[in-house]
Amino acid sequence: MANGILVFIEHVDGKINKASYEAVRAAQLIGAQIGQEASAVILGQGIGDAAAEIAAKKLKTVYTVENEWLKSYTADGYTQAFKQIIEQVQPALVLFCHTYEVRDFAPKLAASLKRILLGDNIGYKIEDGQPVFTRQVFQGKLAADVVPVGDTPHLVSFQIGSFRGDECEAGQAAAQALSVNLDADVVRQQPEERFKEAKAAVDLTQAPLIVSVGRGIKEQKNIEIVKKLAESLGAEIAASRPICDNEWLPMDRQVGSSGQTVAPKMYLAVGISGAIQHIVGMKGARTIVAINKDKEAPIFEIADYGIVGDLFEIVPALTAEAEKLK
Amino acid sequence: MKIIVCLKQVPKNDSILRINEQGTWIQDRDLTYEINESDQYALEAALQLKEKHGGEVIALSLGPARVQTVIKEALARGADRGIHLEDATLDNLDAFGISTAIAAAAKAEGFDLLLTGLQSDDYGYAQTGVIAAELLGLPHATIVMDVQATDGGIRVKRELENGFFQWVSMPAPAVLTIQSGINTLRYATLKGIMAAKKKEIKKLDAAGLGLDTASLTPKMQFRRVYVPVKSKQTQFLEGSPAEVAAKLIEKLKNEARVF
Repeated sequence: MANGILVFIEHVDGKINKASYEAVRAAQLIGAQIGQEASAVILGQGIGDAAAEIAAKKLKTVYTVENEWLKSYTADGYTQAFKQIIEQVQPALVLFCHTYEVRDFAPKLAASLKRILLGDNIGYKIEDGQPVFTRQVFQGKLAADVVPVGDTPHLVSFQIGSFRGDECEAGQAAAQALSVNLDADVVRQQPEERFKEAKAAVDLTQAPLIVSVGRGIKEQKNIEIVKKLAESLGAEIAASRPICDNEWLPMDRQVGSSGQTVAPKMYLAVGISGAIQHIVGMKGARTIVAINKDKEAPIFEIADYGIVGDLFEIVPALTAEAEKLK
Repeated sequence: MKIIVCLKQVPKNDSILRINEQGTWIQDRDLTYEINESDQYALEAALQLKEKHGGEVIALSLGPARVQTVIKEALARGADRGIHLEDATLDNLDAFGISTAIAAAAKAEGFDLLLTGLQSDDYGYAQTGVIAAELLGLPHATIVMDVQATDGGIRVKRELENGFFQWVSMPAPAVLTIQSGINTLRYATLKGIMAAKKKEIKKLDAAGLGLDTASLTPKMQFRRVYVPVKSKQTQFLEGSPAEVAAKLIEKLKNEARVF
């Protein structure tokens, strides 16, 4: 008999990824509505402190899985261990936060169970007593309500920022150790040390005002007009990924899932359509302004103020207006 | 090195999307298509590996007759031959079904590396390569930035979150999903386009792939597709550039109190 919701807790060397608390919160909310208790599982070596931290949340059980092959994350190790855990715990629903690590192994885990991962959802609703999950398609231009088909367990991940990790209910979970069998034949990937490429010379996370530029700027030389706007507003300049990939601005100016996550007083997006990967890096901004030629651009979904039009006309006009503030 | 690259045809990035009458997906009439962005970087990575180590690049695409343009484009850029998976039973599959078909074709062909893009621009599952690896019993890595050949395998640079990277080694054959922007895309030359006309495109249907239709049974279902409900009420400012600029600065100052 399938029972309960199992939440995957991600960590690096025992330091829990904050996004995992969002998945815990999702499990608490969904569990209360469908009458299933939430538990959590953490895999690794030397994870006692992390497990204790999670056990202070309202969960039935925190499962710990200690194994030397889980010391560093590998897709093979995590998939095989998690598969054995699911066989032991038999959850109805397995919840993940849709991090890069989860993207790396959860589809494989699901396939190994002849299931599919319902990935990257932004919310859920209950229909006929069952959760229906909402995900973005066409890079956020449309939304889709999806349901798993077939037997439990169902595997579901939520996009980072879909739930408030700081709103997890506190509690006292029981602890239970589980054991898994892994060996060198199973774990084929050999990971090296994690590293950072260039040190972030600019700390955008501390900037109160940010003017950010995207693909709509078309050419490198046009970046200048956005730089002028940023200067006149006293703002830092930032960019979406394609701009930094083209080296039109340095990598440390990149905002989004592979760059910095910012929450300034104001974020002014110039020619940025608002792909999910960018949105997750800036949706915490207090006031969001978007200038884009396409009225349907997803950036307007989250903007407080929107200007639909030609940025090459609007940006210089805005710079002139901002100069008057001085 | 024998490399198979999976290329998906997707509606152009700036397409106007109209939801179909059933409310389950978009209408496909009037759409124009392109090669999925990250798949183009996967193709370029494959071509560069071939230039360095020799071997062969095979462009694989699944879909109706129109996806032939994707394969032809890849051949014009330098891929050696193409495989086109076309069958009515392969339309509208979920990621598991698509991966099942791709895995069957890749297994029959044999390869050292199977490459996909990171994620499609339409469904955005980001799963096809990973599921295919599991079905083929092979190691994989996702969000790959760089690929090096090693003795009996490969060493790849993976992108992690918060600016971290990591090198991971694994034996070949292996499956990799390639990040956008990792290389500079080449464009088809006139010579390449002419040469492509002579290159083979093998067509395979479900029977040719030896697919059991039960393995294609959907594991997820779309209840409905719709324009997202706005989480914020956006105030759209209208007027001439000078007018909207003045309005915006006024609102940022007095309403949002940014300055």
